[in-house]
Amino acid sequence: MTKANPAIEVSGLHKSFGKTHALDGLDLDVETGEVHGFLGPNGAGKSTTIRVLLGLLRADSGAAQMLGRDPWADAVELHRRVAYVPGDVTLWRNLSGGEVIDLYGRLRGGLDKTRRADLIERFELDPTKKGRTYSKGNRQKVALVAAFASDVDLLILDEPTSGLDPLMEEVFQRCVEEERDRGRTILLSSHILSEVEELCDRVSIIRKGRTVESGSLADLRHLTRTSVTAELAGPPNGLAHLPGVHGLDVQGKRVKLQVDTDKLDAVLRSLTDSGVRSLTSTPPTLEELFLRHYQEDVRTEAMAR
Amino acid sequence: MTATTVATYAVRAGGSRQLAGTGTLLRFALRRDRLMMPLWVGVIGLLVISMPNSLKTVYGTPAERADVARQMLTNSSLRATYGPVFSDSLGGLTAWRIGGYAGVFAGIMSLLIVVRHTRDEEESGRQELISSAMVGRRAPLTAALLAAFVANGVLALLVAGGLAGQGGGGALALGLAVAGVGMVFATMAAIVAQLTESARLAKGLTGGLLGAAFVLKAAGDSATNDGSSPLTWISPVGWLEELRSFADERWWVLLLFVAAVAVQGAVAYELAGRRDVGMSFLPTRPGPAAGRLGTAGALAWRLQRGAVLGWSLGFLAAGAAFGGMTKGASDLVGNNDKTREIIERMGGQAGITDAFLATMVGMLGMVAALFVVSSVLRLHGEETSQRAEPVLANAVGRLRWAGGHLVIAFGGAVLIMLLGGLGLGLGYGAGIGPVLAACLVQVPAIWTLGALAVLLHGLSAQWALGAWAAAGLALLLGWIGPALNVPQTVMDLSPFGHLPKLPGGDMAWTPVLFLTGIAVVLTAAGLAGLRRRDLST
Repeated sequence: MTKANPAIEVSGLHKSFGKTHALDGLDLDVETGEVHGFLGPNGAGKSTTIRVLLGLLRADSGAAQMLGRDPWADAVELHRRVAYVPGDVTLWRNLSGGEVIDLYGRLRGGLDKTRRADLIERFELDPTKKGRTYSKGNRQKVALVAAFASDVDLLILDEPTSGLDPLMEEVFQRCVEEERDRGRTILLSSHILSEVEELCDRVSIIRKGRTVESGSLADLRHLTRTSVTAELAGPPNGLAHLPGVHGLDVQGKRVKLQVDTDKLDAVLRSLTDSGVRSLTSTPPTLEELFLRHYQEDVRTEAMAR
Repeated sequence: MTATTVATYAVRAGGSRQLAGTGTLLRFALRRDRLMMPLWVGVIGLLVISMPNSLKTVYGTPAERADVARQMLTNSSLRATYGPVFSDSLGGLTAWRIGGYAGVFAGIMSLLIVVRHTRDEEESGRQELISSAMVGRRAPLTAALLAAFVANGVLALLVAGGLAGQGGGGALALGLAVAGVGMVFATMAAIVAQLTESARLAKGLTGGLLGAAFVLKAAGDSATNDGSSPLTWISPVGWLEELRSFADERWWVLLLFVAAVAVQGAVAYELAGRRDVGMSFLPTRPGPAAGRLGTAGALAWRLQRGAVLGWSLGFLAAGAAFGGMTKGASDLVGNNDKTREIIERMGGQAGITDAFLATMVGMLGMVAALFVVSSVLRLHGEETSQRAEPVLANAVGRLRWAGGHLVIAFGGAVLIMLLGGLGLGLGYGAGIGPVLAACLVQVPAIWTLGALAVLLHGLSAQWALGAWAAAGLALLLGWIGPALNVPQTVMDLSPFGHLPKLPGGDMAWTPVLFLTGIAVVLTAAGLAGLRRRDLST
């Protein structure tokens, strides 16, 4: 992993469609070799960002670089090293899945034959079926097999697992891990937060075309609250006065509270002073992180109304 | 007529639940077609009801009109184009001059409406959601046929009302006949839409049947001068002529329309009730597990080869049929200055056979413009269906992606014109060389319309479909303009108006080179625009 050479570098990206500001100064940094989660509510601008990165849309302003090159001007050269899986794969009715996989492979840098066969088996895909006869999940598999079997440096996956069953979801996750182990970079836009939590080294959360949070999961957790439930030997003492404590709920010797994760030390010290009988502490899930931003969204909208 | 079919089949299929939701779906269809339908009906209707006035300026006196009628008795090749004249009244001449074409246009309108609301919906997957609601198995087909019925009904009223001044009975007959042809092809499209999973194929097949019906009528009219040929009788477009509007109408011919609509409607209903949503009676076969496609150009060819093959066969057949009719062109006694003038305006100055051949070559050229536009607009279809996006996310430049389709469009135009010319020459039995050359001279005008489509698509995906309007206008001016003394400035709007009339006329290189230049410039501008603009998402 060379910090000096990021795979994707986007700063201050703007893009409007008529009066809609799809991107409003978006930033995104993806290091080479990492799996980067790209999160945000529907309509936040994830797919628009990806389309700018693929040179399908031209940004109004801001800087974007992918693998050190300009995604608009050097689109074709870049795409030799990039594989893309859209969230909704549309196939041609008269082409079989196998033909599409091979076509996409040839249109990129090439296809690894053994890996293609291996992936078709693991995803349990019938490559002889044609276009519309595939179900949603199977259409996704066609694009996934084509992407994972391609000889590329960067994978851009836009909600790639929509329609996959849990078993296939598991296969997908193994594939992503294998890709990372080979040193490939992956940008993963997803709503399946457990998937992101499992796979991603770092995440960026965007909202209304702007990046609101970016960093490793550990970093992000650090910025948020941990839930603590404890049963004490005696009544709690002075918890309410500690900095960073929220939602304190004391019922006799039972204590429930939330605490800013960087203030956890003081709370634990105070609890042990009272004598701890039992203690559960849950770190914030990504879902909570995400919901916090999302709910802010809903709240501001509600206020605007 | 559809209403009875509907009622009968609703009962047989086990009650009205089969039709639940039809009313809502019909309103929905009419709402979706609120622009397209009035436009079609309005243009066809106005074409017909403006005809008496236009004819009056060309054939002012009863003597001139009688002359035209005499011409048609003896001239088999002109009959092939327009059919026999049964009455030399203004109404009779209107039915002669425009009736068949109005029927063809009504047929196109109807087949588009029906396929759009049946197979298109299923192919796109939208039907699934609709069928999950309180919607009967036969409701979508019923709604589509009723929508076509509404459009054709309004058209019939428009024609009957607009021509009432020429004689109420004849006006009603012509209106009903035009609508009848429309409904015959509406129900035919309903059957074809059950057989194939592809809406594009359903439209193409039904359109091919409509073209065949027109050629049958033309061949029949060429063979006899009173429409008594069996070829005319087996063509639904021919029935319109057999009804003899404004000339002692044979009302019973309307029963042919009713019978055809009832039978075809019944077949479509039977099929629709038996099959699964989204499936077809012609099953999709499995394909190869591995593919050989490796370039954007190969993909474009794979997507378009079926259409190119269909158009090629169609042009060869149509050329051969027209060529066969031309044999009769020498019968012509050109003693009517007006008719001669019309023919000359349409075809050329030299021999009347050459003039007829030139007219046919011109017709093929204008129809080939429809091919080039549909082929170029594959770009639009690929883009708006989101299939272009993942292709362009590979190492494929936009120029290469578009280039593959454009080579097929522009090269295919040359191919089908050559095949049409080959058919003409073989059917006529002499002088293939000059006919082939004449067909090639049409190419720059065809390309110009294709290049206009490239330009519009390059500017914005939303504007691309405007190319159809341009091709339609060129077709209309070419088919109907010459007989109506349309001012030259208007005729000049069509690129075809500038071409030398070949064979027979003098070759003029200036317009040919000029149009080629325009085509090149428009294409280049369109491609430059395509490179710059956002892909539609």
